[in-house]
Amino acid sequence: MTLPETTIERDLSMESDRLDPSGSAAYGRRTFRQRMRRIPWHVAVFILPAFVVYTTFMVYPLLDSLRLSLFDDAGKFVGLDNFHTLFFDETFSKPFWGALEHNVVFFAFHSLVQNPIALLLALLLTVQGVRGQNVYRTLIFVPTVLSVVIIGFIWSRILSPLWDLPLVHTSAPLGSETWSLPSLSLISVWQWVGIPMIFFYAVLIAIPHDVIEAARIDGAGSWRIFRSVTLPLILPMLGIITIVTFIANFNAFDLIYTVQGALAGPNFHTDILGTYFYRTFFGFQLQPGSDAMGATVASAMFLIILLGVLVYMFGWARRVRTYEF
Amino acid sequence: MSAVANTPLPPRAPRARFQGSHLAVHGILIAYTLIALVPVLLVIANSLKPAGDIFTSPFSLPTPHHHDFSGYNTVWTQSHFTTYFTNSLIVTLASVFLVVLLSAMTAYALAEYDFLGNTFLALFFALGIMIPIRLGTVSILKLTKSLGLLDGTGVLGTVFTDRYAPLVALTLVYTAMGIPLGVFMLSQFMRQVPKDLKNAARVDGAGEYRVFRIVLPLVRPGLAAVAVFTIIPVWNDLLFPLILAPGEKTKTVTLGAQQFLGQFTSDWNSVLAALTMAMLPILALYIIFSRQFLAGLTRGAID
Repeated sequence: MTLPETTIERDLSMESDRLDPSGSAAYGRRTFRQRMRRIPWHVAVFILPAFVVYTTFMVYPLLDSLRLSLFDDAGKFVGLDNFHTLFFDETFSKPFWGALEHNVVFFAFHSLVQNPIALLLALLLTVQGVRGQNVYRTLIFVPTVLSVVIIGFIWSRILSPLWDLPLVHTSAPLGSETWSLPSLSLISVWQWVGIPMIFFYAVLIAIPHDVIEAARIDGAGSWRIFRSVTLPLILPMLGIITIVTFIANFNAFDLIYTVQGALAGPNFHTDILGTYFYRTFFGFQLQPGSDAMGATVASAMFLIILLGVLVYMFGWARRVRTYEF
Repeated sequence: MSAVANTPLPPRAPRARFQGSHLAVHGILIAYTLIALVPVLLVIANSLKPAGDIFTSPFSLPTPHHHDFSGYNTVWTQSHFTTYFTNSLIVTLASVFLVVLLSAMTAYALAEYDFLGNTFLALFFALGIMIPIRLGTVSILKLTKSLGLLDGTGVLGTVFTDRYAPLVALTLVYTAMGIPLGVFMLSQFMRQVPKDLKNAARVDGAGEYRVFRIVLPLVRPGLAAVAVFTIIPVWNDLLFPLILAPGEKTKTVTLGAQQFLGQFTSDWNSVLAALTMAMLPILALYIIFSRQFLAGLTRGAID
């Protein structure tokens, strides 16, 4: 059977008509039934279920949260008053800016500690001719698949002065105003380092061996090869990793909540936007919960994340050259 | 540089390099593997030891003659871990099933048919990869409450009763959360299925739904990757169970463990046993599916 290629190429609704002997009707006038058949029902059947669930339980709540931030708890439209309260009213603004500052520190630890470790591990995992690299790769990734709750409890036990482990012997860093945030950041780095590691790894194993070999024949040493060949090739991935980490960090919640509770102690010194949102929405000892202010904090987080994504898209992704092999 | 470049080096075979550097590579990788694993192993090993030993010799291993299951006993009798496990299983399996099926259907349609709005829909779904669903928490709580899913009221709530309605709420939220990445990943797999194969099926008289069912087994690695990707965050999530299903009957393992651990802080045996019990299922799953999981993360860069 020969198919009328030229017409079906663009016209998907013809898919079922093709084999129909009366498919020639497509060239003439159509009856109602044929018109109905032209509507690609199957496409709708394939897409609609996912579309409905995704729209109802993700897109709508996100948009509705943005909308709620413009109303007060009684449902009265108040414009940007809630944001004014969040940014300038002492009771809300002080913890908000504090949480934002802690979140920046949290993110800085991830960028500055996690990425170099991840890159080093990925480089070692791709050294030619070393055996057992798959085993290392799988095992190093283990903390990443575990629940943040589990990780939080494991570390709060290990760092606990009660256990007094020989190698730790610390003065309870999680209870210290100075050291609790760095400690929690490093716990998070310890858990998530597998993600950037595997992303770097994917780029590194995709670099053709010829490119490295050519550089070596030109007399480049290992460091020179890394700086002039490998680094430019992984720069686009560094951008992706940074923005993924940024998004994850700015809506992190579980670790702080598990280890320090909703009050993000000691004395709010580990409070980040996620825990601040939780307290604002549900309330705590000193303050009743508020839908409107909760939605406002969530919207502020949304704007911060959006800002990060825009900076990444226009400030980084456009300027960094991506090489394809 | 140029002087060196004039002396051509013989091309080296990958395996014939100086072994000393390999030793250093192994050294660093082993050291980091220990950093990654020792805290986890420390908890598992000590959960099986008598309480005194946890403090006096934390690095010793439990032996067949010298062990203690009392922690597990406490967890089993003092909490509803079986219920938590059942709840986690229900929510995780239902979410994974829905995410994989709905994402596969959507990805297939987006990759297969060229229709008006195709690119727009692909972008619409991709948007959800970037934006965390948690930012919609306030409205998700309102929405599920108004559907009666939190307390088993209303039409939907009565159907599922207050025992299962909150789990349905969790499943719907997790399905919505998993769909964006699922559609994105499976679209890549769907595009790799040869067109000739689908057209051959059509020539043989297969309808569009039949063609989809023929394609599905061909993207099995993609389905597995999406499944593992959904299971891990769903099983591990704390925020949504805390907000949508905090009741004793509807807690998931992660939430149950979190609250149990908060109550039994001074009973080290039980704390370590609860931690071990909460992480073993996901550890086992990861060890079995690590290849698919890591391949999914690198979009197939790993063989």
